[in-house]
Amino acid sequence: MLSNYVIRRLVFMIPTLLAISIVSFGIVQLPPGDFLDTYISTLEADGGDISGIEIENLKKRYRLDEPVVVQYWQWITGIVFAGDFGWSFQYQRPVSDVLWDRVGLTFAISLASLVFVYVVAFPIGVYSAVKKYSVGDYAFTFLGFLGLAIPNFLLALILMYGALTFFGQSVGGLFSPEFAEAPWSWARFWDLMAHIWIPVIIIGTASTAGLIRIMRANLADELNKPYVETARAKGVSEGRLLMRYPVRLALNPFVSQVGWELPSLVSGAAITSIVLNLPTTGPVLLIALKSQDMYLAGSFIMILSILTVIGTLVSDLLLAWLDPRIRYK
Amino acid sequence: MDRSLSDADSAVSVLPQRAEPAGDVVLEVRNLSTEFSLRTGVLKAVDDISFTLRRGETLCIVGESGSGKSVTARSILRIVQSPGRVTAGEILLHGVGGDAARTVDMAKLDSRGSEVRSIRGKEISMIFQEPMSSLSPVHKIGFQIDEALKLHTDLDKKDRRTRTIALLRRVEIPDPETTVDRYPFEYSGGMRQRAMIAMALACNPSVLIADEPTTALDVTTQAEILDLIKELQTDFGMAVIFITHDMGVVAEIADTVCVMRHGAMVESGPVGALFKNPQHPYSRMLIGSALRLERPAELRLSRPRIDEHKPPILRVENLEKDFAAHKGFFRRTQSVVRAVADVSLQLREGENLGIVGESGSGKTTLGRCLLRMIEPTAGSVFYRRPDGSEVDISCVGRAELRQIYREIRMIFQDPFGSLNPRMTIEQIVGEPLLMMGWKPKAVRERVVELMERVDLKATFLERYPHAFSGGQRQRISIARALAPSPRVIVADEATSALDVSLRAQVLDLLLSLQAQMNLSFLFISHDISVIRYFCDRVAVMYRGEIVEIGDALAVCDNPQHAYTKALLSAVPRPDPTQRRIHERHRYVASG
Repeated sequence: MLSNYVIRRLVFMIPTLLAISIVSFGIVQLPPGDFLDTYISTLEADGGDISGIEIENLKKRYRLDEPVVVQYWQWITGIVFAGDFGWSFQYQRPVSDVLWDRVGLTFAISLASLVFVYVVAFPIGVYSAVKKYSVGDYAFTFLGFLGLAIPNFLLALILMYGALTFFGQSVGGLFSPEFAEAPWSWARFWDLMAHIWIPVIIIGTASTAGLIRIMRANLADELNKPYVETARAKGVSEGRLLMRYPVRLALNPFVSQVGWELPSLVSGAAITSIVLNLPTTGPVLLIALKSQDMYLAGSFIMILSILTVIGTLVSDLLLAWLDPRIRYK
Repeated sequence: MDRSLSDADSAVSVLPQRAEPAGDVVLEVRNLSTEFSLRTGVLKAVDDISFTLRRGETLCIVGESGSGKSVTARSILRIVQSPGRVTAGEILLHGVGGDAARTVDMAKLDSRGSEVRSIRGKEISMIFQEPMSSLSPVHKIGFQIDEALKLHTDLDKKDRRTRTIALLRRVEIPDPETTVDRYPFEYSGGMRQRAMIAMALACNPSVLIADEPTTALDVTTQAEILDLIKELQTDFGMAVIFITHDMGVVAEIADTVCVMRHGAMVESGPVGALFKNPQHPYSRMLIGSALRLERPAELRLSRPRIDEHKPPILRVENLEKDFAAHKGFFRRTQSVVRAVADVSLQLREGENLGIVGESGSGKTTLGRCLLRMIEPTAGSVFYRRPDGSEVDISCVGRAELRQIYREIRMIFQDPFGSLNPRMTIEQIVGEPLLMMGWKPKAVRERVVELMERVDLKATFLERYPHAFSGGQRQRISIARALAPSPRVIVADEATSALDVSLRAQVLDLLLSLQAQMNLSFLFISHDISVIRYFCDRVAVMYRGEIVEIGDALAVCDNPQHAYTKALLSAVPRPDPTQRRIHERHRYVASG
């Protein structure tokens, strides 16, 4: 049953991804002009000059004179068959070099944020639902709304200021200067851990607040369901009853959020990354879009979309595992 | 329903019998009060009630919605939810743990403590109304029964499983070795209630509290469950507290009856005496309402005969509806469920035609296909316009359908769900008129007139639905249906959600409106007594087909088809001297 379900889901991913690749390439091409126009106008603004022949040469070199369909075809076949995401005009390096450098750390921060979000949101959500309208519930609700309302960049600035003033910690980036270019070692890893908590808290706060509300609302609904009463009438103790029945059912929407959290953590971190000067993907995407660096931007959007699709798949599989009603349908 | 006696016997032997002399008092409730502290004040949900329950006895607590009968049951088990609290009285449980001398006062225990938990599910068990939602949807049936055994016995895993299977077999779940590992959604409603009973009986309790356990079930399933409870009661010698609103069920199973109203006990006594000579006016009203629905309505008998030679207002011919089920990798249509199969019927002008059947018989689908709320797969529905011309509803265009929707209206079952909570009564009732392009002033006048027709005050117009009781809401639904002066009303279980005393009132209202406004009713219901009271003719549906159609009284008193016989004989009558569910006809269609 379950394997059939997984296979079907995987097969359906293929056309979805194909459509995503077309759309993401299309979006990058939408604004008038191309990278060269931006490049030339930047040069001219700086007082430089460029001849018509040079432009033609550049166009040939980057294959910008060919139709969009051909450009797309070369780009997508390159990705599928050679893992080649194209050339970044801005960085003058292959896109994959630019990407993979940063994707690893982005992923580390995102994953840590995801864990942070769920680990914090779950117990608070359960507590708030069970002790609804208690002092604790109101306190967490207040903090939660604060977390939702404060923009990430502001929180970033506050935490940076706090970290520097009270802990004397170097702020910005994921490493202290002495480790920034060093090879991986335990010391470097430890340095990463010492720095990563700031972005994790900043990126995770809004999601945590949202998830607390979701968990609270769902669980509060489940607590009044007849099956809870059945279990109570059976003689099950309150604590075990809570975790075994209503919490288990309230997890469904909580878990299905994973699908959304993953990409939003990756992309939503852009502003935070710029403020904190993090070597992650967010700032690069922004630059790529501004300069119409189409292969870079397209690849980024593509990867974000793939993350969304994977996140949805993961959450669906988790749901199927949690809830037999989904599994057997 | 086949059952093997040897299986049942072996199951009983698994469960230890209690060694107690018959006739002993097992539970005494003295001056019990339960209060809910609300923002608006203190609500006495249970107000100073007392009763005694003996081994092997069935005590029925009867009352209408809001009478406090369910809170009484929960108070005994001490599972009343906050802000509810047992505030006074004693709940004496005798013979705790098989020790005849040991008595525990449940009212004194901490409602979250371990002592009260050791009694729940072991000494006193409870089954609930909704077999759909009372079992956890994500745990296997076997797990949920096993949990009770794990809590209250020291059997090991293997023995517990053996006993779980024996229990399922005892409650006549087919093939328990396999079905024990199924989830509740793979069980039918009746099977789930059986599984609930198996769970409640797992530890051989001395008291079983059943809170409306058959209300959500079909009558034939209800009869099976009532039979099963009676049988298990005899075998296990337990006492049963049976909570119900249905006087028929009371008459069928009770030894003793407590009548509750507004949290207080207005009358109690042996069932025979209560039905023969009820003392309290409320008891008389309850029994009277039930008996009233045993006969056709007086309003209906007094009106002129329907002209059988006039052409019918609605003519259904060979109507079919198939639902496709999709399965497999590519979700192809694999099987087809025929919800309505080749149904033909005619509704005469001024007539009330009943459609009766159990859940899944296709009666609701039929009603919706008539108005194209669901598209029928095949067949025609001819509607005769006021000018005498006929139109086939099943193939008219959008514009014409909207015109027809003003002349054929629907009333739904759920008086809570079918009114938009964000609209005032005036907006709800006037909406169809506004859609027809009426001016607001004219709408208001019409709405006031409609409110008077359905016996509601015109001062209610500015209020929202939540301010009204179930009966009032159903009157509002009726007013909405009547707004564009329709000719035909399709009522789908229009009175099923109402208390019995209100049911007859609403039906009388519909009959008087029929006389005033020359209406014809297609009345869909699972409730035979409502059909007998309200309808001139009745069509009996079973598995999508009409198995019998004819004069309502003739069908009810002298059914011809074997299924109709089974259906009618499963209905409990409000007369304790005519207990007959046990001798009912049974019908299983071949194939």
